Amino acid sequence: MADATIAGRTRAPSAPSGYFKRLSASPGQIALAFGIALFLLLFLVVPVGTVIYVAFTEKGTGEFTLVNFLDFARTDLFIRSFWNSVYVSAMSVVVASVLALPLAYITTRFEFRGAMLIQTLGFLPLIMPPFVGAVAMLLLFGRNGTVNLLLDDWLGLKIPFMEGLNGVIFVQAVHYFPFILINLSAALRNIDRAMEEAAQNLGSSGFRLFRRIVFPLAMPGYIAGASLVFVKVFDDLATPLLLNVKDMLAPQAYLRVTSIGIADPMGYVISVVLICMSILAMWVSARAMRGKDYATVQRGGGGLAKRRMRPWESAIAYGVVLLILFLVLAPHIGLLLLSFATVWSFSPLPDAFTLAHYGRVFGESFVYVKNTMIYASIAGLIDVVLGTAIAYLVLRTKLIGREWLDWAATAALAIPGVVLGIGYLRTFYGVQLPDGTPLAALWIMIVLALAIRRLPYALRACYAALQQISVSLEEAAENLGATKLRTIRRIVLPLMGGGILAGFVTSFATAAVELSATLMLVQSNADAPLAYGLYVFMQSAAGRGPGAALGVIAVLLVALCTFASHVIIEKSQKAKAAGR
Amino acid sequence: MNQPFPISALETKAVDVDIRNVDLSYGANHVLKGINLHIRPGEFFAFLGPSGCGKTTLLRLIAGFNQADGGEVLVGGRDVAHLPPWKRDVGMVFQSYALWPHMTVRRNVAFGLEERKVPKADIDRRVAAALELVGLAHLADRRPSQLSGGQQQRVAVARTIAIEPKVLLLDEPLSNLDAKMRVQVRRELRDLQQRLGLTTIFVTHDQEEANTICDRIAVMNDGIVQQVGTPMELYEKPSNLFVANFLGTANILPGRVVRDGGERFFDIDGGVRLPIPAHVVVPEGAKLVFRPQHASLGRSDTGDVLLPGTIVHSEFLGSTLRYGVKIGAAEVSIDTPFHSGEALRQPGSAVEIGLSLRSALWLAA
Repeated sequence: MADATIAGRTRAPSAPSGYFKRLSASPGQIALAFGIALFLLLFLVVPVGTVIYVAFTEKGTGEFTLVNFLDFARTDLFIRSFWNSVYVSAMSVVVASVLALPLAYITTRFEFRGAMLIQTLGFLPLIMPPFVGAVAMLLLFGRNGTVNLLLDDWLGLKIPFMEGLNGVIFVQAVHYFPFILINLSAALRNIDRAMEEAAQNLGSSGFRLFRRIVFPLAMPGYIAGASLVFVKVFDDLATPLLLNVKDMLAPQAYLRVTSIGIADPMGYVISVVLICMSILAMWVSARAMRGKDYATVQRGGGGLAKRRMRPWESAIAYGVVLLILFLVLAPHIGLLLLSFATVWSFSPLPDAFTLAHYGRVFGESFVYVKNTMIYASIAGLIDVVLGTAIAYLVLRTKLIGREWLDWAATAALAIPGVVLGIGYLRTFYGVQLPDGTPLAALWIMIVLALAIRRLPYALRACYAALQQISVSLEEAAENLGATKLRTIRRIVLPLMGGGILAGFVTSFATAAVELSATLMLVQSNADAPLAYGLYVFMQSAAGRGPGAALGVIAVLLVALCTFASHVIIEKSQKAKAAGR
Repeated sequence: MNQPFPISALETKAVDVDIRNVDLSYGANHVLKGINLHIRPGEFFAFLGPSGCGKTTLLRLIAGFNQADGGEVLVGGRDVAHLPPWKRDVGMVFQSYALWPHMTVRRNVAFGLEERKVPKADIDRRVAAALELVGLAHLADRRPSQLSGGQQQRVAVARTIAIEPKVLLLDEPLSNLDAKMRVQVRRELRDLQQRLGLTTIFVTHDQEEANTICDRIAVMNDGIVQQVGTPMELYEKPSNLFVANFLGTANILPGRVVRDGGERFFDIDGGVRLPIPAHVVVPEGAKLVFRPQHASLGRSDTGDVLLPGTIVHSEFLGSTLRYGVKIGAAEVSIDTPFHSGEALRQPGSAVEIGLSLRSALWLAA
């Protein structure tokens, strides 16, 4: 951004619009761009750069070397961890697909009572950190969990749902399958009915029609969802740790840095591998999507024709849907039971119920909830301020290098949380306040890490909101005598309001349950957010009850926010439609 | 594609389409009300009407995408009402073209033949012939997204005729093209249809499109076929007010029929009385209808009747002058040829309209 300058200075102001565009990069805007650039540099580029730098330099001397990577390749544990991570991620995609495909297909292709309910329930797993569900899943599906106890009683067999890597795959698939459901459903809905009718008209029907026309058209949506699941699982730290699976990459990175020390290069090498895998998966997805904007719905056309099911088809469909819904809601059900349970061990259901856990949570552990509210609010606020500013600079000014702000902010998508955490620790531990506290120990660092992690999503929301506002609305205000700043305040921001609010709530809700970046940055219980508290509780058998109660509170909190954002978006869309 | 089409390797045989007493409702919405139509073999036939008149519904019914509540659809003498779309052999070109974006042009065109399990060599031959016919053989390996709107439209046509359908259905095929392309493509469509001799049904809301390429037109409104005829018949002898109004400009003067002695007269609302010629049948509640060119300012023929009026606006249209004239409570348009040096008459001036009663019609709604 060093060469930020005013574009088109040499161009004669021949047309009025050209004149305004020439003026549109005012000193204030340039200052704003520099401010954002500085923020991104300090809290994204430098920490990640440091991680990469350490991975490629010799410990002590600081000389360039590839020895660290050679060590990585020579260590059995790391190679096994790498393949375990790849296997778990790939299998999670497979299992998530098995869960998502029938739901997406049945709800978009058939007249199905409760289709809306299914689509909504399908989102539920997302609003709870996967590791919270992991404990509930152990109680339901573990070796001595409800399902296996019942199976043992009836059939005399046990299924190792939760043993080792299976457990991670199962928990992750149940948690992340909505990404596939959402993308695949959208892709299926976006297929123009005429696409299918044209095939029927030319003699195609049934499964051949699905295989040759419908499925290929929905493929880009499926790949987008699948690659997202792959990346999320590959980067997740807390779920394997909680299930006591240590030989995967993200846990290894965390364990190296926390147990062996901040100077050990292996944690950084693993971080670089994690970043590479993220970028690889995104690249694959981008390649699959390139030139394949298959959204073919035309004006006046509807999505695929919905067929009424025959009675027996209906019975099968309801059976499948109920089974899948039970599976994906199992963590929530288990958590709720656990939060009211006195003792729940070696029995299908808890022995007795109590409210004591909630009492304990609202007493001594309420600090976690309070911290989370503060952290997530500030992070959300930072995100929408940055998001709005970047969107404005990109869409409304001719500032040279403005796209770089967008790219840099979006690049955060490719940085796993654990990598960002390690980067912050390394970068800011050396920097000390006058009283000797290292910068990395301050709670504000947790907030900044959360803000950076959620920025890409908030930015897209703000970007979309601004894109929908016609430039002529601003020109009209300027024509009537409003300055740029007044125009932004009186016209642009009010019109963007709904989008900004939605961006804030999304950031807030997801930041509230984020753990991978913060796990490493929490220095004391007094500064810890909810997700950290949950993690600590869930590690001990005695803490599970209160942990579950805390989890239920987190789920309610996030659900409430998600619902609020939904309402806000609907309302603002309605208001805009009415204004048209 | 200004060149004439090459003789095609595609074999098509013209069959007729017979629609008998077709009825269709969506809930309380009665979309098609007892439709009866006979489309002759090899005919280029149009369903013409405003949006919501049921024309597209009727077309989709022939293709099998809608099910009639009653009545029969016969293609080449065979009732197809019970057949699913994929067994009907009626090729449809969709309004949006519906080209599959994940297939090349060649694969799109080959699709219907592959579904019919046609031998590979025949598929290649017929795909080539169909693409040759629409002049796109050189673009066979492109994707639909790499083609212009006009080219996409031709691929859609090629894809449909490759299966050698019994009937070709065109659902507003020109609506996604710009004005200039529309004129060119409609000529191409007509040329192609003539060459293949294929029975073709064309749905449109644009009377000019229907007039220029179709042999006969069924004018539809409100789920009912109002009139069937050649473009000229419909223009000159519309059977009701809707058809008169929908095809071209029509002047409509309300009034009532009175008898005085043995003679019939038409009292135009506002005071003028016209004699009704003896042989003319005047339906109940009829209004007087005439085209702008069938009247003049002043008497142009000794047989004309004179109507007093006031000019309310005047427009220069190049070869003609169009005057808006207030007669009684109604306003009519009068076209007169433009003569060099002639000045427009100013609004407000009183004129007498000369009307030839031989060209005038009395029509009811």
